[in-house]
Amino acid sequence: MADLQFVPWVDNLLGGLWVTIYVTVLGAVGATLVAFALGLLVRMKAALPRIGARIVIEFFRGTSLLVQLFWLFYVLPLLGYRLTPIAVAVVAFSLNFGAYGAEVVRGAITAVPRPQWEGAIALSLSPVQRMRRVIIPQALPLMIPPFGNLLIQLLKSTPLVFLVTVTDLATVADQYRAAEGNEAFIFGLLLVVYFVLAYLCTLLMHVLEARAKGRLGQREERSKIFAFRGPAAQEGEVA
Amino acid sequence: MTWDMDYALDSLPPILEAFLRYTLLATVLGSVLAAVLGLVFAVIRRAHVPVLAPLTTVFIEFVRSTPIPIQLFFMFYVLPSIGITLGGLFVGVLTLGVHYACYYAEIYRAGIDAVPPGQWEACTALSLPARYQWQRVVLPQAIRNVLPSLGNYVISMFKETPFLFLISIPEMVRTAIDIGGGSFRYVEPLTIAGLIFLAASYPSSVALRRLEHRVGHA
Repeated sequence: MADLQFVPWVDNLLGGLWVTIYVTVLGAVGATLVAFALGLLVRMKAALPRIGARIVIEFFRGTSLLVQLFWLFYVLPLLGYRLTPIAVAVVAFSLNFGAYGAEVVRGAITAVPRPQWEGAIALSLSPVQRMRRVIIPQALPLMIPPFGNLLIQLLKSTPLVFLVTVTDLATVADQYRAAEGNEAFIFGLLLVVYFVLAYLCTLLMHVLEARAKGRLGQREERSKIFAFRGPAAQEGEVA
Repeated sequence: MTWDMDYALDSLPPILEAFLRYTLLATVLGSVLAAVLGLVFAVIRRAHVPVLAPLTTVFIEFVRSTPIPIQLFFMFYVLPSIGITLGGLFVGVLTLGVHYACYYAEIYRAGIDAVPPGQWEACTALSLPARYQWQRVVLPQAIRNVLPSLGNYVISMFKETPFLFLISIPEMVRTAIDIGGGSFRYVEPLTIAGLIFLAASYPSSVALRRLEHRVGHA
């Protein structure tokens, strides 16, 4: 239905798709780093890092992602720091989803059975070795499914970046709508594209989960990795 | 860059008004819609209604995997083109409600699965009709268990209401931006908007954690 006037837009739409993927990937990497940092800090016995990390987590979970984007974009330059629009988006996603992820990291580490900690102490592993070699490898398979949900939440939040003047897929689609009309076609197409991207994220997380379990000697059958199973219901870990 | 207290106080009333008239209203209506529709989805799937059950599953997966802003645009532009004209707020509440209904459905399902099998068997033994089985036995137990989780989603919907400005609803964050744009001072209104979010969502999430604790131990 939209053949002729659609062709010139393909390049722009692909460019927008690339920006969406770029922001998603960088945001996810940043959020993972923030999640581990905050999640480990908040488990410490010392009051200062624990309370500090708790405040940061509750702050970024409690205020809306949109407010955080606007704040980084409009307010931060007034305080003397100016980030590029893409950097604003990546920083906001990293902090917001990192705060949610921190709770996932904390919960998964807490769920590693007590005897594993005791065993590591009995073998006189250093605290770093204990975390890196014993605890985190066992916590990872527990973290990956909720991380998968967060990754899809992050992907679904990327259309917000147009508010800070980043031209992502949704922005290009909106330009197309303004120029050509055809709203049902373009936004219907967009819904399908996002669905495919989200599904790719789900598959990726299944592969990661299978690998993390493989390191613990729990083999998963390959057919199970690609079987369709929807994102699990998450509780309280939503943006 | 200093904090101008007078300006902050001046911008507070319109932001609060937008909060009450749009943000809070949309959250409440959207949550009610999501709670009802989610329950319908969950029961359809759990009762294995032919045709409808698989369709519901596909619909839920699709809606959960696509961004709210695009869904808002889709509804906002497509509904009028098929002859349905609704107010912006109505479209917003409908979209948020349907989106979250798909999350609620999963939560209800977990709650229904957690009802002990003995309860189902007892219903069969008493030969209760299916309607009573759901209404009087299963759902009251299931919903009680999942109330805290549902509450968490109310909070997350609350934090997604700023999306509504995409379909030109002057909710709280939009109002804050407009105030900032009028005087080129964004710090105070945006910070106030953020603080209102925090002030509303943090106590609610603490209260929910308490509720979770109580339900868990009852």
